[in-house]
Order: sequence, then C-alpha cells, then structure tokens
Amino acid sequence: MSTLSRRKLITTGIATAAGASGLVVAAKLAKRYGLIPPDSGGIYGPGETLTYAAQRLLTRHSLAREFSRSQMSAKPFANEVAPLGDEFERHKQSAFTNWRLVVDGLVARPASFSLAELKSFPRRSHITMIQCEEGWSYIAEWTGVPLSHVLERVGALPQVRYVVYRSFQPDWWESIDVADALHPQTLLAHEMNGSALPVGFGGPLRLRVTRQLGYKSLKYVTQLTLTDNIKQFGKGLGSAEPETGYAWYAGA
Amino acid sequence: MAETPHPRHSGLVRITHWLITLAFLALLVSGLELVVSHPRFYWGETGNVNTAPLFKIPIPSSRNMVPTGYGYVLPDQNGWSRYLHFQSAWVLVLTALLYGFASLFNGHFRRNLLPADLSPKQLFSSIVEHLRLKRPSAEEAWSYNVLQRLAYLLVIFVLFPMMIWTGLAMSPSFVSAIPAAVNILGGQQSARTLHFFLTWALVLFLLVHVVMVFLAGFRSRMRAMITGRAPDPDTVPLERV
Repeated sequence: MSTLSRRKLITTGIATAAGASGLVVAAKLAKRYGLIPPDSGGIYGPGETLTYAAQRLLTRHSLAREFSRSQMSAKPFANEVAPLGDEFERHKQSAFTNWRLVVDGLVARPASFSLAELKSFPRRSHITMIQCEEGWSYIAEWTGVPLSHVLERVGALPQVRYVVYRSFQPDWWESIDVADALHPQTLLAHEMNGSALPVGFGGPLRLRVTRQLGYKSLKYVTQLTLTDNIKQFGKGLGSAEPETGYAWYAGA
Repeated sequence: MAETPHPRHSGLVRITHWLITLAFLALLVSGLELVVSHPRFYWGETGNVNTAPLFKIPIPSSRNMVPTGYGYVLPDQNGWSRYLHFQSAWVLVLTALLYGFASLFNGHFRRNLLPADLSPKQLFSSIVEHLRLKRPSAEEAWSYNVLQRLAYLLVIFVLFPMMIWTGLAMSPSFVSAIPAAVNILGGQQSARTLHFFLTWALVLFLLVHVVMVFLAGFRSRMRAMITGRAPDPDTVPLERV
C-alpha cells in the first residue's frame, strides 16, 4: 500500500467518523432545542426537519413584513369553506354574542372568553400578507388580541411547547410551537380592514399566524389547548393537515 | 500514476451531476403540479382570482375556485408535491454547495469551465460548428468547447442561484428574516412568476444538453459521466485532463 492511499484511507476514515458523530450530536441538539417538527417521520421527514430547524434558527424572532395602507388589496379573496351548518348560522344571527373561546391544557387558570371579552383585551393591528399554499395572496389589516396576552392571562405553564387550536369546523385543528405562539404578530383576530372579521375570512375569530402559509391561520377558532406533548393529539402529527398529506410547518 | 488513467469527469462531478439531475426532475414534476392549483401568474406583491393576472396557463385547475373555463376540477396533489419539492430543494442546494465549494478549491471551475479564449473569432467558429451539427473531434471528448463552457457557467452561476433565490423569496418565514430577498424582486408574486420563467430556462438548457449528448455520441458521453471513462485517453495530452 502506497503512503498516498494509506493517508487517503486514514483521512476518509476520520472524516466518516466525524461525519457520523456530527450527525448524532446534531440530532441530539435538534431534539433538545425543539428543532424537530411533529411530522418528521416518513420519507419526507428529512426535508421537513431541515426546513423547520433552519428557519427556527434563522427566523425565531423575526417579524413578517408589514405593508403600508396603500398596499392593501382592494379585493381580498375569501377561499371556499365547507358549509358551516345550522349552529353556526344561529351564532351568526345573534351576532356571535354566544361565541366562546375555551382555553385549557397546561394553564394555571383555565378560561372561557366571550368575543366581547376578547375585544376588550389589549389589541394590536398589522397590515400583512396572507399567502395560500396554492399560490395566491392578498394584503389586509388584521386586528385582534395578541395570543401571547391570552396565554399570559390564563397563566401558561413553563413546560408548554405547543398551542393546539381548534376550529368550529369539526375536522379542523392546528398547532404552533411556542416561538410562533409568543410571536408579537400572532393575533386572535376579530377585525379585518377596520370592520368585524367577515365569515368568509374566518369571522368571528381567526388565529392569524403571519410567518406561515394561510392554512395555519385557522378560521372560526373555538378552543386553545396548551400542551407539552403534541403526540397525544389526533394521529400525533401536529395538526389535521399532515393527516391529509400537508406539512405541519408551513413557513415554507 | 500511469496505470490508472485520469477519469474524464472526477468522482465528485459524476456523483453531484446525477444527484442534481434527480433533484431537478423531482422539483420540475412537483413544481408543475403545484402550478395546477393556481395556473395564474401575477406581478408585484399580491394576486388572486379577484385581480387581473399577468398571464394564465390554459389548463384545468385542482381548485374549483379558480375560473379556468373547464367544467371540471383535477384532484388535489399539492400535499406530496410540496413535501417532495422542498425535500428535493434541500438535496439540490446541499449538493450544489458541495460541488461549488469543491470546484472552487480544486480548480474545476478555473480549469474546465472558464473559457480560455473568448475572442469573437473563436466564438463564431464554435457557433458555426454547432449550427452544422458537426460531430465533435476526439479531443473534445476530453474538454468543453467555448459555448458549452458559457452555457454551464450560465446555469451554475445565474440560473440555479436565481432559482433558489426566487424560491426562498416566496417563503413567508425566510423573508421575515431577510425582507430584501423579496423586496428587490418587486414582490412575492413577482418572485413566483420569475421562478416559473426560470424553470423554463432550465428545461430549455436540459433539452439542448440532452440533444447535444446524443449528437456527440450518447454511449461514450453517458459512460464518461457514469464511470468516468472516455475513449482513447492515451491520445489526449495530459494537460487537457
């Protein structure tokens, strides 16, 4: 064996060992710092994990772009929703006075807020873009109570890792991690473009998540559940979307 | 090392070439599928079915809210298309980074891709040779001609970087950290439209590339890119390889 090939063999061996142990360390660190998405299994798990981990490292605290009033879309588009049923119709007839937002799970003081109560809480507005995974988009002004305020009010426990949120539509539920839940732009929105949030756009209450695609901004929100174990919800993939083939993390 | 002839393409070039080919084809198929859910393109920040498009692709859609003029809706395939698109994008980007850094340091770019002679005369004669569909000389089996070098440089340093940039510019999370990535392009819908046009530029390159491989000799060129071996290495002077 020539010296050249021996040197090559040794360096290749060291590089392989370093690479393998690097991967193990990276996996441990990723798990420790919450960089693994709930839908990290399966053949597309590596890509999803890389995207989520890279964006959590790069964008944990960044704010979505905000726009000027002149950039607001003249004709925003309300995507199709399945019929909401008689009970929703009754809520609508009574101007949503009986609409409740239940907050439970890992909280010191479980609560149920009426829409009027939510509207009396501190409010924040932002003019941001909502982007559908299909490719279309619009810019609107969203007003509501920051989710972080509601979480503070109910006394979120320190071990919380995800906020699960449910829609009035029975099959729709979503979740976001703490980085997005405490993000200053994440709102329980009840107004759009200065008026009550229209039903077509998710009224009376929509959770607006600004740094992810539109499907994370769930319409008709009725319940928040704080948890440290996302696996116990549904099929354990983080939300209803991965169960129908879409990614849990939609920062893209 | 006389007993082992230098390969036509280094192992790194061969492996990254085929990884990128696979990733590109997966990105192309999944990307075109994603267009089906909204076959309309816009310029600027926003666009939806309530706004006038820059242009429409005359195909049916996988969403019934898109007015296509067709009386039917295709099945929704966006779930796996999105997963596959992003996973392939990671494969492509990581492979391209490996290829790019290695080629910068081992001299591949300088030696094999940077044209030595860019004089009009040289360019003209190369263009004429291509237009005549002249089969390349044996020497060219071991080196790239000037048009080839320019095409590869365009793909490596302009089209793929632009493709990755316009792709990232569509990510709401990425642009929250680096807003300039999308602002420079004129908006998120502009980025999407550019991403679509760049796709066709790369498809055009792929078609020409494959046609050229056939014209130059499919078996020998494929063997060179798979095994590294090319015909008559002895007749080629060492400084060429």
